[in-house]
Amino acid sequence: MKLSIERLILPATPRPARWHGPTFSVENVRFSYGSTPVLKGITIEGIAPGKITATIGPNAAGKTTFFKCIAGLLKPEGMIRLDGTDIRDYSREEITQRVSYLPQESPVNAVLTVFEAVLLARKHTLSWRVSDEDLRSVTQVLEDLDIEDLSIRFLNELSGGQKQMVSIAQSLVRDPDVLLMDEPTSSLDLQRQLEVLDLIAHVTSERGIVTLISLHDLNLAARYAAQFVVMDHGAVYASGDADAVLTPQMLRDVYGVNATVVTNPDSILQITPIGSIRSKKSRVAAVP
Amino acid sequence: MAIEQGTLQPTGELTATKGRRIYRQITGRKYLVMVCLAATLCGTLILDISLGPARLGLWEVASTILMPGSAEVTTRVIVWDIRMPIALMAVVVGAALSIAGAEMQTILSNPLASPFTLGISAAAGFGAALALVMGLSIIPFAGIFLVSANAFVFAMIASMTIFVLSGLRGVTIETMVLLGIALVFLFSSLLALLQYIASEQALQQVVFWTLGSLVKATWPKIGIAVVVLMVTIPLFVKHVWALTALRLGDDKAHSLGINVRKLRLQVLISVSVLAAAAVAFVGTIGFVGLVGPHVARMLVGEDQRFFLPMSAMTGAILLSAASIVSKMITPGAIFPIGIITSLVGVPFFLSLILAKRRQLW
Ligand SMILES: Nc1ncnc2c1ncn2[C@@H]1O[C@H](COP(=O)(O)OP(=O)(O)O)[C@@H](O)[C@H]1O
Ligand SMILES: [Mg+2]
Repeated sequence: MKLSIERLILPATPRPARWHGPTFSVENVRFSYGSTPVLKGITIEGIAPGKITATIGPNAAGKTTFFKCIAGLLKPEGMIRLDGTDIRDYSREEITQRVSYLPQESPVNAVLTVFEAVLLARKHTLSWRVSDEDLRSVTQVLEDLDIEDLSIRFLNELSGGQKQMVSIAQSLVRDPDVLLMDEPTSSLDLQRQLEVLDLIAHVTSERGIVTLISLHDLNLAARYAAQFVVMDHGAVYASGDADAVLTPQMLRDVYGVNATVVTNPDSILQITPIGSIRSKKSRVAAVP
Repeated sequence: MAIEQGTLQPTGELTATKGRRIYRQITGRKYLVMVCLAATLCGTLILDISLGPARLGLWEVASTILMPGSAEVTTRVIVWDIRMPIALMAVVVGAALSIAGAEMQTILSNPLASPFTLGISAAAGFGAALALVMGLSIIPFAGIFLVSANAFVFAMIASMTIFVLSGLRGVTIETMVLLGIALVFLFSSLLALLQYIASEQALQQVVFWTLGSLVKATWPKIGIAVVVLMVTIPLFVKHVWALTALRLGDDKAHSLGINVRKLRLQVLISVSVLAAAAVAFVGTIGFVGLVGPHVARMLVGEDQRFFLPMSAMTGAILLSAASIVSKMITPGAIFPIGIITSLVGVPFFLSLILAKRRQLW
């Protein structure tokens, strides 16, 4: 592993001595695009800081919409509490400083170097003259993610996976209290997926922050996340730890997939899909 | 993680040093390019002033500009009263159009955006023609500024239309560009209609105006154009980082704490005023607002701290150079600058695109 966790230094902003991490909860969050309800009352109590929380669920379950509501891009009904206060009661500056959101996809055709793009993510601290502290943070995060060699490359000349690494750097460099990442590893190769999630897990526990990641790879989720929120059709199907949530029953109900779930020797759940419920039906139908 | 407190600090120092080095590497080149272009601009300005029926030496021009007191009276009159307003107008208008184009491309995330493609120039042309053909004034007692005032008002009408419509639900930035193009067609047709019914003499004036010309430049007009620049630029400067961040996409910009919609509308208004003022004084010069920003982007990228001044300079140089070429083609008579800008600019731009080393957009 090339990952440089050993060189990761402590968070830039000093936290109170008895910092237990932020408290974060969601109560009955509802949202509609026009007249189509997409989130139908999401409630998640007390997401523990310091551990990765994986948001999983099939396509169109509402994961991205949910993240956008938390990040303040959409204005839902219901409560999203950070340290007991609804996020709408914070000023824009406070939310920007505390919540970092990595969109599922963002168009990047800007003529900026990787270094500049990551620097830009620290907009809340930037002034015309760039401070040494900003430069240090940017370099640090590029080192941590092992993409220093891309520093002076242009964004629009990177591969999809490299762009995704830059987006990850942009969300980590902000040193947030709440880290929201929407499918951060979807374009990464296997090694990078592991390295990135290792780093995120490390940052999460080291800084004691709330980290919500939406992931499609359930085995990856099982390996790295301590808590799960399963979303289906705009509602929470289940939430809790891996043993409670990652069950064959859930996979059948939510994903429409028959699968076996076994515990690995390293006590991590291993999900092996066998086939789609739907395709079985259609196969049965096709055979006379 | 077994890191001792003592070993943390040097690592941090080392990282900071490395960061400074990379940052200097990135910005150093940009400063160098800016200095080169500033020098080029001074060069074209002096050359532009030296050209004309009475040839003046470059040195003569430079010394007359710097020390007007010690120059001959005729030289001083030629330089300061006759040629300087025209030459400076080229610089100021070139800068204004290019900045307007740069910020339009930024807020609309579209490489085709410019005062021309958004219908602002076409509307100004129609407004001017209304004054020239019908003697109709939108602002009473506009006097010698009649044509310019009309052009300005119509340019603002065009951009306000886009502005108001953009506030409607479901209007995306792509739709805004489409709206602009629809306005180009609308005002072009209206202009054609006016030309159709115009008298011979008025028609000639309209054609001359729409081709773009610097010859009517005067010190007061330059003063107004400079004031408009000085009023609008602070907004862009205040939002340099936000404008740069806008190019990362709306979602990212929003999560960086930027009120994307508000910023977009504020900038749209400023850019409209800027473009309208520029077009009002010199007529329709389309190409600079589109190409200036692209050249700037190729040279220094899109960090607005560099992109903004760079766009101003590329626009100024383009128009200044066009002014020089127009004087060289037909000594004595001055060729409409709008024609030259495109004739000279297009091959130049094509060569840049074909020789590009990296993606433009
Ligand atoms: N901008 C939008 N306008 C209308 N409907 C949308 C929009 N974005 C998403 N949706 C709908 O909302 C539902 C949830 O989408 P999304 O939150 O992106 O799901 P996920 O991220 O879980 O795949 C989908 O049915 C999708 O079609
Ligand atoms: Mg999604």
